[in-house]
Amino acid sequence: MATTLKPVDAVLVGFGWTGAIMGQELCEAGLQVLALERGPWRDTSTDFATGFAQDELRYMWRHHLFQNVADDTLTIRNNVSQEALPMRHLGAFLLGTGVGSGGVHWNGQIWRFLPSDFLTKSHNQQRYGKKAVTDYDLTVQDWGTTYEELEPFYDQFDKLCGTSGKAGNLKGVIQPGGNPFEGPRASEYPTPPMIQTYAPTLFGKAAAELGRHPFPHPTGNLSQPYTNPLGAQLGACTYCGFCEKFGCGNYSKASPQTTILPSLMTKGNFTLKTECEVLRVELTPDRKRATGVTYVNSAGEEFFQPAEMVILSAYILQNVRLLLLSGIGKPYDPKTGEGVVGKNYAYQTMSSVNVFFEDKILNPFIGAGALATVIDDFNGDNFDHSGLGFIGGAYIAGMVTGGRPIEMIYTPTGTPAWGLEWKHAAAKNYLRSFSLSVHGSCMSHRGNYLDLDPTYRDIHGRPMLRMTFDFTDNEHKMSDYLTDRAAEVARAMNPREIKLNRRTGPFSVVPYQTTHNTGGAIMGDNPSNSVVNKYLQSWDAPNVFSMGAGAFPQNAGYNPTGTVAALAYHAAREIRARYLKDPGPLVQA
Amino acid sequence: MSPQNKLDAEGSDLQSQPLHERTDDIGGWHRIDQRQPEPRAQSIEVDLVRRRLILGGAVVGLGGVAAAAIHDGELGSPPQTFRGAVPWREGTADAPPGASGSGYIFFTTEEVAFIEAAVSRLIPNDSVGPGAVEANVPFFLDRQLAGKFGQGDHYYLRGPWPKGTPEQGYQTRFTPAQLYRAAISAIDKYVAANFNGGSFSKLTSEDKDNVLKGLESGAIKLDDSVDSKTFFAMILQNTKEGYFSDPIYGGNKDMGAWKMIGFPGAHYDYKEWVPRHGERVPYPTVGFKGRPGWRET
Repeated sequence: MATTLKPVDAVLVGFGWTGAIMGQELCEAGLQVLALERGPWRDTSTDFATGFAQDELRYMWRHHLFQNVADDTLTIRNNVSQEALPMRHLGAFLLGTGVGSGGVHWNGQIWRFLPSDFLTKSHNQQRYGKKAVTDYDLTVQDWGTTYEELEPFYDQFDKLCGTSGKAGNLKGVIQPGGNPFEGPRASEYPTPPMIQTYAPTLFGKAAAELGRHPFPHPTGNLSQPYTNPLGAQLGACTYCGFCEKFGCGNYSKASPQTTILPSLMTKGNFTLKTECEVLRVELTPDRKRATGVTYVNSAGEEFFQPAEMVILSAYILQNVRLLLLSGIGKPYDPKTGEGVVGKNYAYQTMSSVNVFFEDKILNPFIGAGALATVIDDFNGDNFDHSGLGFIGGAYIAGMVTGGRPIEMIYTPTGTPAWGLEWKHAAAKNYLRSFSLSVHGSCMSHRGNYLDLDPTYRDIHGRPMLRMTFDFTDNEHKMSDYLTDRAAEVARAMNPREIKLNRRTGPFSVVPYQTTHNTGGAIMGDNPSNSVVNKYLQSWDAPNVFSMGAGAFPQNAGYNPTGTVAALAYHAAREIRARYLKDPGPLVQA
Repeated sequence: MSPQNKLDAEGSDLQSQPLHERTDDIGGWHRIDQRQPEPRAQSIEVDLVRRRLILGGAVVGLGGVAAAAIHDGELGSPPQTFRGAVPWREGTADAPPGASGSGYIFFTTEEVAFIEAAVSRLIPNDSVGPGAVEANVPFFLDRQLAGKFGQGDHYYLRGPWPKGTPEQGYQTRFTPAQLYRAAISAIDKYVAANFNGGSFSKLTSEDKDNVLKGLESGAIKLDDSVDSKTFFAMILQNTKEGYFSDPIYGGNKDMGAWKMIGFPGAHYDYKEWVPRHGERVPYPTVGFKGRPGWRET
């Protein structure tokens, strides 16, 4: 029997990036805010200090900071004809847990989506015809918001993080050295770009020779010290090469810990409880309003926490699962196309090209999570798709996140995976090779969705989330086209040889790809096509807000965190400006 | 923990609360954290060892695995409440759990023969760089399998257990320790049946490589419910882990694998070398415990 606790104004379910952002914003508005985090407390000095942060085995391969799937995982299948089975070991994506969650071990790649990315359906339909957005059973939608609406909030996140980069479009004026394809920015990046190492520099030269438009990757790995508007201080990145999949011991990577918690944790109206997992959102009998959440702590004690507002700020897979477990919104049915919760699950379409030099010493171990030179010429609708048979695109990055030897030894085509030949190839190529990353969009598809698994359960006895997902021909064609574009740049670098790692076959849970899961709690302009409105507010229970990339109706060719944060700030602004005065729907259905 | 930090009813102060014993039932056996000297924790630990003996024949030795840090940063801590401050407590850094002791505590004598023979083919020794045996990989594997990894502490192992598609990845009830134990026995059975009663370690190098290739491709089917491809993928991955991970885990002896490829190890700051394109970084190779020359050993 759950013990009922004293009510709070707002409860945050999960305490990563969006939990920290919403906690800060709602506390500033004077609310009593409680965050419930199912994982442990984590901070730089105790959990990933420089004395032991650079540990590839422990963090990458033994998943020390990641979600422990022994307790809770999800089931996966490629299509409805298969039986979904549990992801018994992390592979394709590395889920976060604990305070800061994925915001601790992300790369720090801070992107904005293109203006046309928010109009995936209408923009592509207008330019390429109706078939372009309905071929392959695509179910792409417009977002119900625009780049222009979100720009101030992208800007707010950049200033929070101290993002290092070079603007390519300042208030409509194209700037040399930046990304000429990006939407207009109100202001320059808070700190200048990182200095590029040899490999990204060679990539940039080759790309420019081909007429592309290389620019430094915008990054939350800071190029210089920075104090953000909350008074938090970040240091300059030391390029140690243990960034993605690791916590930063040097306060150089933007994370909830380095940007928000020093302020938020000292606020008298904020409380954080760790090791407390929310089991479900409780609703009034008419299911039109949340009354709070039920959670269980690691001692096995169950509590009902009453709250005026429930903010789902866990990872997308948990937010969608909580909506389904709590009965908020109508579950999506792929047979009829009806229902919305779980609809339009999407991912990221990744491929790469390895580049091998005979004599150039690249020192791959000098790296950072977002140290790259990038071209955006073939992302989104930055190029003419006529006759190509797909929509969407990718950025191509000459990127060096590090040279961690268990994970990142590249060997030429035909090299066996073991034996003397492998060892000799590793010894010969480690210092002289690197990889171009092709970071592709993933459109939504009628058959790709999330629901509750009928068989497998977590340690609390709740049904696991079931993921039904495969890449469609739209994604395969896009990825092949983009991988060929990357290969052109690779060849223009005049290496000894290159190796193309195309995206082939069905989606597999085994090899790491990206932790960019999207959709399932999608946003839109009316309740028939979406779970939440443009302020991430549930159409069904207006005091429930669902944060994160679950709101993406399909995924663009960029890393999601910038957009996730902008959507959170956008929601927070509206909650503070209108909702608190008049709690109810912020958009009339 | 900061004195300003208020604790409410279900919160617990790390200093006053006995450290946790976690007993979530997972896959029919109890997973516990072994940092506790508490009598109750010890009794659970004994129970765990007994259960593992019954279930998989896997002897979970604890003596040779370094004690976990007080704060290990993973799920399973007591619930805590934080208000009014960023908490910090002296001496709680989550230091890595390195390997300790000498000799084998997981592998039997027969298993050691297989492991040494197999990994020396996966990464053979020559003048270019150390082989896996020379890098002490078998010792690394032993400690990994004796510890939490071997117990499958980050694997979901509950049923049902259909085989699934290749895209669905690891689909067995075995923990890594159980998988090694079952696979080594099954491979030796296969070798005995196909190579005149011998065992894997007695084969010629060429025959060893052919068996390993058959496991890698799945062409060799094993008895005892062991999927050959699954086992091969695991032992190859773990061998590379032992070869290239920090020496505190027992492999990568003298950082020989790092030196072979030119990885300088756990350096903290490369800023000076970022703009120096094409130059070799002259830093000596270093691990968490330093390097030869830092102190007399």
